[in-house]
Amino acid sequence: MCGIAGLIHKGKTSNIGSEMTSMLQALKHRGPDSTGFAVYGEPSLGEYIMRVKVAEKEDIEKGHGILDKIDARIKELEKRLSDHKAKIKEKKKVTEYALRYIISHDGDTEKMARFIEEITGVEILSLGNGLELIKDLGDAGVVSEQYKLDKFKGTHAIGHTRMATESDVDIRSAHPYWAFPYNDVAVVHNGQITNYWIMRRELERKGHRFMSNCDSELLAVYTADNLSSKVPLEESLKRSISEIDGVFTYLVATDNQLGMAKDTMAAKPLVLFESDNLIAMASEEVAIRSILPQEIDTTDPYDEEVRVWQA
Amino acid sequence: MASLKSEELKKMTQEERANALGMTSEQLTGRSMFIEFDPDAEERMTYPWAPEVDFNKRSEIDVNDMNTTEVNNKIRELMDEGYGTIVIKNPRGMHSLGVGILSRLNLIIEGSIGYFGVGLIDGPNVRINGRVGWSCGENMMSGTVIINKNAGSTFGAAIRGGDLVCRGSVGSRTGIDMKGGTIIVGGDTGALSGFMMQRGRMIVCGNAGKNLGDSMYDGTIFVGGEIESLGVDAVLGDFSENDKGWLERKLKQYDLFPQKGVASFKKIVAGKQLWNYDNLEPTEKKLIL
Repeated sequence: MCGIAGLIHKGKTSNIGSEMTSMLQALKHRGPDSTGFAVYGEPSLGEYIMRVKVAEKEDIEKGHGILDKIDARIKELEKRLSDHKAKIKEKKKVTEYALRYIISHDGDTEKMARFIEEITGVEILSLGNGLELIKDLGDAGVVSEQYKLDKFKGTHAIGHTRMATESDVDIRSAHPYWAFPYNDVAVVHNGQITNYWIMRRELERKGHRFMSNCDSELLAVYTADNLSSKVPLEESLKRSISEIDGVFTYLVATDNQLGMAKDTMAAKPLVLFESDNLIAMASEEVAIRSILPQEIDTTDPYDEEVRVWQA
Repeated sequence: MASLKSEELKKMTQEERANALGMTSEQLTGRSMFIEFDPDAEERMTYPWAPEVDFNKRSEIDVNDMNTTEVNNKIRELMDEGYGTIVIKNPRGMHSLGVGILSRLNLIIEGSIGYFGVGLIDGPNVRINGRVGWSCGENMMSGTVIINKNAGSTFGAAIRGGDLVCRGSVGSRTGIDMKGGTIIVGGDTGALSGFMMQRGRMIVCGNAGKNLGDSMYDGTIFVGGEIESLGVDAVLGDFSENDKGWLERKLKQYDLFPQKGVASFKKIVAGKQLWNYDNLEPTEKKLIL
């Protein structure tokens, strides 16, 4: 079933970490397998925030000698950063398998990211000036506490609570997906994509990378492919409605935009609240009401509806 | 019959219980349907365990700290105590609120509710001063539900009777599979509204999305605004004086009568080319052969 949520504060920062946690916790019944956040803080120009995963959670529980492997992977990752003339300005090991780096780098980030991901077991969850992508197994409360999201301030965020249907219960199949290699672009999705393999093969032939077998990842790669052809976000969302088969509602966030698209059948829900200062949307109104307890006016976007808001 | 309590029903066999409730365990054959229904027999019109309530007895519940089950149980408790007017405050978009009410009751919900609100009801008059999520009034049998704001998709799915009214706009697949009753939408409705509709009437005062009345078996849809497209086998019907009179009465009843009147409303019915309307069922064919 899955639950998705998004919020965007216009022209100001807010405590989006705790707000998105409340929204996703209210959607917990739509999917308890994993929870993910893509939160956008103050952009730090000239610096990149890189969230990286060096193992799956279950590897820690079951993998033999995994801690030594993790140490070796981190060492290799940092060597490759150095090889690409990236300077590590801050490093934090958030969990045994997830790290957060702040790096300065003047070169080609795509080339650097591809080089790092050649290390077995290493996946860059996000890379950007403002985006931080956090995802793990468990509900929103658990993940938020684990990654200390309650104090995170920023302008906008999207989130996802997952009921695994098309692929495994692991972090690589959890949402949001970073639209590799586009810095600061993330996607969350609720639905099923029925032409996944056809589209995936087309995109793979163009050189795009897939890290999971989750159909939702396709939307991130598809968005990245359009952005690489200089297609604006709104146009990319519109094209997806005719080019992607299935039932879906998905949200895309960039460094200063938040967009939504609903499929031609309008089979997956989204409730939308718009005011002068705040736009909030979620699979269910309970999520919006968890941050806006007062009575509000909400609407359901119709079939084939596409919207984009500026931060 | 009306004195039958649930404890007594539990002691009966399934067949005895079915007969006591006015149903029948007889096998249905072909297209014939055994209907054990006598409108003069009052006991057939009521649920044996439905409490007698007094509309002048009023109670207000603030449900801010309650979950859905607690609220629905509280409504039942109050009905057992004879309360006929119940006001729910602070529903906070809660799902499945007010479901399964099988008796007369004035239920007033002050705020918005979530999915599957007031579904499976038979008799109450409900007023919701807020918005409703997906599948409001699903499987409603009788009564009245009036929503003052917008509604989500699958509004009034499979309703069998009663009036389900939304003053605002509604989502997609409104009245999907409806088998009776009336759905009234003050604003617009989304795609595939009236999909596989079998009976009943739907009125949309605003615009209707694409594939309106797709694969409908029967029933009638009236649209006051524009129709994006008609679905498979949905056709424009003749708008009669009877239709006009009925529309006027219904819309005035709910204060939704448009300033321009109803003369420009379009009527959509089933073309009856899609399904085997004039053919026998496969089982019946076998008997003839």
